[in-house]
Amino acid sequence: MLEIKNLHVKLEEDDKVILKGVNLTVEAGKVHAIMGPNGSGKSTLSYVLSGRDGYEVTDGSASLDGAELLEMEPEERAAAGLFLAFQYPVEIPGVGNMTFLRTAVNAQRKSRGEEEMSAGEFLKVVREKAKSLKIDAEMMKRPVNVGFSGGEKKRNEILQMAMLEPKMCILDETDSGLDVDAMKLVAEGVNALRSEGRGFLVITHYQRLLDHIKPDVVHIMADGRIVKTGGPELALEVENNGYAGILSEVL
Amino acid sequence: MALEAEDQIELREGVDRETIETVQAMAGKYKHGWETEIETEYAPKGLNEGIVRLISEKNGEPQWMLDWRLAAFKRWQQMEEPRWAMLNYPEIDYQDQYYYAKPKSMAVKPKSLDEVDPKLLATYAKLGIPLKEQMLLAGVEGSDEPRKVAVDAVFDSVSVGTTFKEELKKAGVIFCSISEAVREHPELVQKYLGSVVPQSDNFFATLNSAVFSDGSFVYVPEGTRCPMELSTYFRINAENTGQFERTLIIAEKGAYVSYLEGCTAPKRDTHQLHAAVVEIVILDDAEVKYSTVQNWYPGDEEGRGGIYNFVTKRADCRGARSKVMWTQVETGSAITWKYPSCILRGDDSQGEFYSIAIANNAQQADTGTKMVHLGKNTKSRIVSKGISAGRAQNTYRGLVSMHPKATNSRNYTQCDSLLIGDKCGAHTVPYIEVKNNSSRVEHEATTSKVDDDQLFYCRSRGMDEEEAVALVVNGFCKEVLQALPMEFAMEAQSLVAISLEGSVG
Repeated sequence: MLEIKNLHVKLEEDDKVILKGVNLTVEAGKVHAIMGPNGSGKSTLSYVLSGRDGYEVTDGSASLDGAELLEMEPEERAAAGLFLAFQYPVEIPGVGNMTFLRTAVNAQRKSRGEEEMSAGEFLKVVREKAKSLKIDAEMMKRPVNVGFSGGEKKRNEILQMAMLEPKMCILDETDSGLDVDAMKLVAEGVNALRSEGRGFLVITHYQRLLDHIKPDVVHIMADGRIVKTGGPELALEVENNGYAGILSEVL
Repeated sequence: MALEAEDQIELREGVDRETIETVQAMAGKYKHGWETEIETEYAPKGLNEGIVRLISEKNGEPQWMLDWRLAAFKRWQQMEEPRWAMLNYPEIDYQDQYYYAKPKSMAVKPKSLDEVDPKLLATYAKLGIPLKEQMLLAGVEGSDEPRKVAVDAVFDSVSVGTTFKEELKKAGVIFCSISEAVREHPELVQKYLGSVVPQSDNFFATLNSAVFSDGSFVYVPEGTRCPMELSTYFRINAENTGQFERTLIIAEKGAYVSYLEGCTAPKRDTHQLHAAVVEIVILDDAEVKYSTVQNWYPGDEEGRGGIYNFVTKRADCRGARSKVMWTQVETGSAITWKYPSCILRGDDSQGEFYSIAIANNAQQADTGTKMVHLGKNTKSRIVSKGISAGRAQNTYRGLVSMHPKATNSRNYTQCDSLLIGDKCGAHTVPYIEVKNNSSRVEHEATTSKVDDDQLFYCRSRGMDEEEAVALVVNGFCKEVLQALPMEFAMEAQSLVAISLEGSVG
């Protein structure tokens, strides 16, 4: 599904090289986790895949179901089925959460040549999905992420994911800033979306999120490369021994 | 009950959604830049006493009106154009333009709209302005409760016609062109004209007093709620011609009226002058809402052409508990110089000012309001949203003044600027004078950028860049857009998007 080959990326601004040859394949129906210390390039990987400005790809490729991602505009990647749940969801004052969500859903449908969702249909679906994430009508009415608590912001990201029904979901440190209860709620939301046709890439520092979202494969990233790949037990090893042990072993 | 509340939220969201779709559907830049091919009669070029006399004669005015104009002209000749605004433009040659232009087919004023030149009717039809009473303003059709809107259509120097006059008359409301009011209701015009904006007020108002050719007149009698919205649509068509309209609105005790104003002009390479005066008199317990969507031709990307818009608008809350609300969406004009003001004379009177000013490309806007608190317990509220893009300069200039007798008065000002790109400027120039100890003035100001993070967030969810900008900017303006009547809110939202086209990327 998602295929990243030999991806090299530097910052446009100061030529600093961040990714130094990332190779990664996420199959449909699987959950891959990427763990790694600060500055290892995890978040950069998620931004480059979703098309944020400020990065230059110097080598390599990334494709989603065979379509070359790196040549598309961010909105084309979204329409192609890529979704990034932001580590820091952005506030948009004055724009109702519901309006934002419906604009997004229909923009994607339109660009795929599908019929737009009617107001009635949209409301029915959004209500149902919001309920399972404990998002109430009041929160849908408020401006996007403005004054949302950390937990509300992350739940809102998952709601967007649920509504947009992407093929490939990237979660960038979705656990950061969440207490245990909020994390459980978010994890339940993600688990409900797991399906045969959908792939997940879960980026996290800590093993605790992976207690709730069970990964099929765990990768350790360091210094712009994936240095070790294993099963769920690899996350536990990080939890018990920290990154230092694993890194000294592979480097 | 909870369900009902939820349904209302849905309705609101539904409206938002539709407006965004409208915004998306409207492609192309300045929409109203076409010209009507029509034979036009001009006064000789330039300005002198003879021209003032000619305009008065064309309007069939009584002697007192001519004398009033001549006094203004005499005064104007001694005055100097103000240059304190943050506006940069070459000197205006007041002799190098026409002060009166009228379609030849209007030589004899048509008795009814059926007799109006079809070309003129077609012009308004193309602009989406209904001049037939069975038609409604575009955008309102199909809603559950279609609302009637009376229209006075002004084309260059003359009023082409006014709709719903008879129906309004039954309610006691007078709605007609100002030239007609001078002839038919001289006692009202004489009593109120110049009583809010005196002849001597400022250079442009004095010029207008000398050469105003047409505009609208509204009189709402005591205790009357005007049965429909009133509106005036101004169209400049003739080349090299200034438009000088004059509007006078009088709300007697306990009266209520909501008035809308729209304006457009063809694309021209040369600048055109527009100097209008609006006076509003509001007596005890009366309320006036005045909404403007100003969409004069803004000039091209390089700043060629466009309207020079110098406007004096003022409401005098003369009576106790009287209320005025100005709402303006300023998207057009090369130069905007405009400060709709509230004189809060009556005790417990209230003034509100909601403004969206957008300047893109080479546009310059210096706009704001004056809240002059004279009466006790008076209240004012200012919400200003300035948006700058391209190389534009956008200045908010506002005065809040609390006089010694205006005890226990309050003002709240919120002044937000939004920058798109890094070559434009936003400036805020608040003047605050408080001369008593019991009043309170609050001023909040913010400046922000449409930041890349917001745009990337929207785009990562599937919106294209223009849709993302329209969404973010409409969000920024929301408070003001909500203050507009529904008929204008839709148009205004789409204008916001169109005015900003090409501002990113």
